[in-house]
Amino acid sequence: MRARRTSITSILITVISLAVAVVWIFPLYWAVNTSLTVDTKTVQVPPSWFPTPLIFDAYVYVIKNTMIIRWYFNTVIDSLAVTVAVLFLALMWSYALSQIKFRGSRFVFMAILAGLMIPWATNVVPLFMFMNQLRLVNSYWGVILPQLAAPPAVVTAVVYKRFFDQMPQELSDAAHMDGAGEMRILFRLFFPLNTGITWALAITMFVYVWNNFFWPFIVINSTPMMTIPIGITQVQSWYGIAYSRQMASAVLAALPTVILYLIFQRRVAEGVAITSGIR
Amino acid sequence: MSSAVIDQAGEKVTALNLRRRPRKTPWATVLVLVLPFVVVYCIFLIYPTARVIMLSFTNADIAGRGHFIGTENYVHLAKDTLFWASLWHTVYFILLSVVPNTAVGLVFALMIVRLHRLRGLVMALMFLPYILPVSVVTDIWLWVLSAAYGIINFLFHLKVNWFQDPIWAMPSVAFVTIWWTVGFNILMFIAGLQAIPAEYYEAASLDGASRGFQVFRYFTWPLLWPVTSLVLVLQLILQWQIFNQVYLLTNGGPFNSTIVVLMHMYIQAFTRYRGGYASTISIALFVLILVTSILQLRLLRFRRGE
Repeated sequence: MRARRTSITSILITVISLAVAVVWIFPLYWAVNTSLTVDTKTVQVPPSWFPTPLIFDAYVYVIKNTMIIRWYFNTVIDSLAVTVAVLFLALMWSYALSQIKFRGSRFVFMAILAGLMIPWATNVVPLFMFMNQLRLVNSYWGVILPQLAAPPAVVTAVVYKRFFDQMPQELSDAAHMDGAGEMRILFRLFFPLNTGITWALAITMFVYVWNNFFWPFIVINSTPMMTIPIGITQVQSWYGIAYSRQMASAVLAALPTVILYLIFQRRVAEGVAITSGIR
Repeated sequence: MSSAVIDQAGEKVTALNLRRRPRKTPWATVLVLVLPFVVVYCIFLIYPTARVIMLSFTNADIAGRGHFIGTENYVHLAKDTLFWASLWHTVYFILLSVVPNTAVGLVFALMIVRLHRLRGLVMALMFLPYILPVSVVTDIWLWVLSAAYGIINFLFHLKVNWFQDPIWAMPSVAFVTIWWTVGFNILMFIAGLQAIPAEYYEAASLDGASRGFQVFRYFTWPLLWPVTSLVLVLQLILQWQIFNQVYLLTNGGPFNSTIVVLMHMYIQAFTRYRGGYASTISIALFVLILVTSILQLRLLRFRRGE
């Protein structure tokens, strides 16, 4: 009796969850549907639930008539540069703080941790002035440099330190006895032994920079220097109101992170859990 | 010279005998490793924070040119009706988004952890919106909730202009925010639920807590509280800084009814070129975030200690 009841509840939960998930994801389906429909048919009543016939005109139009390829390129440059630089800086910093005993290490750690209290958005006015003084507005450096100290960068350093703290003391002691220097231990021993966490942190950082809206929106106003999230907000004025093109540019903009997520699902989930402090 | 050799030899011997003897601090290595990050951090986080405080007492333009005017900006802020309106709109947005988003995340997480084969699929679908850029999310919802041709208005025979109706504009922005970010909350809650040892549930059923709700009320909910409070705090800090969705969905309209604090700051800085006054608004927001998150942490910790 009891077993049957639980199986009925579990079937019910399965059905409800699936239904909710399908409804939840429906807007994404609808965007794809519209992007593949010929523009005159996107506003017809009743709307058609499937794109028949399949029309790729909107995608061709967006790729040919906007700078979206250039925006992809910009976003890749910015995201890769920030991710690689942050991982490198955080790796070195956290190794020293975790494995080398030196006076003031606790102060350095607490000072960096306290920086997480600063809401980054309230710093954009002085950051913009600073970039303006350095003549870096509308440049790659202007987008990249301030994000090296964005909250996820600080979190990356703190998480690395936590993972290095958990490494057994015997490991570095043995390496030291073999005559290995600190640099060698860091890059030949600690870094390879923590590739899992490095991947999770790298993907989290990369997606953050890729999707970041506020800072590139402030520091970039020339169309060829825009990142994808900023660029696609410009296209509306280029087409007038044309829903299929609007949705085609949205789908193209979403594609890289969606693909990244589908490939690295586990890592993304791991990254979220680790950087938010739950694990 | 000779003493250095003895030193080295001495250290080698002790390293073999007493493994935990602290090594001499290799200061050169420490500096090479620690300085790059610390320098970047000081230049791009500490320096702007210090400068925003100084700017808030000046009449600087957006290039930073101006002079000290004392507390004039703060006096102006206290009388700025648009600032107080934007503050209320932000609080309203927080009320509409933080607790509902947490509740929805918890309910979905409780359902998803009970799935077996479909767990991965359902989780992936619910999480997918979270990894989209905000402008993609707003583009999609501007179309789905379009007044004239939107599929939602068509399906439910409505004529609501969701993002330009004074009553619906902010709830619609909050709803889109929940749709976009609930995946994060679900993930957090699932991690929290999986950390609860199965023995607790066995003990619960032995104690006679057979009904699902009783188990939730007396076991799951208190054990999950640290996660719940973390989710609440993280969201509160984030939603104080609401700007992107509002800018892209309503642009502060209709009739300024959705202007939020950060948007007020943005307009003052980048369309009115008042760098000094915009900095004052930033400081106000900074203080609000700091005070409310400390208060919240205190309050939530108190609840936990009960």
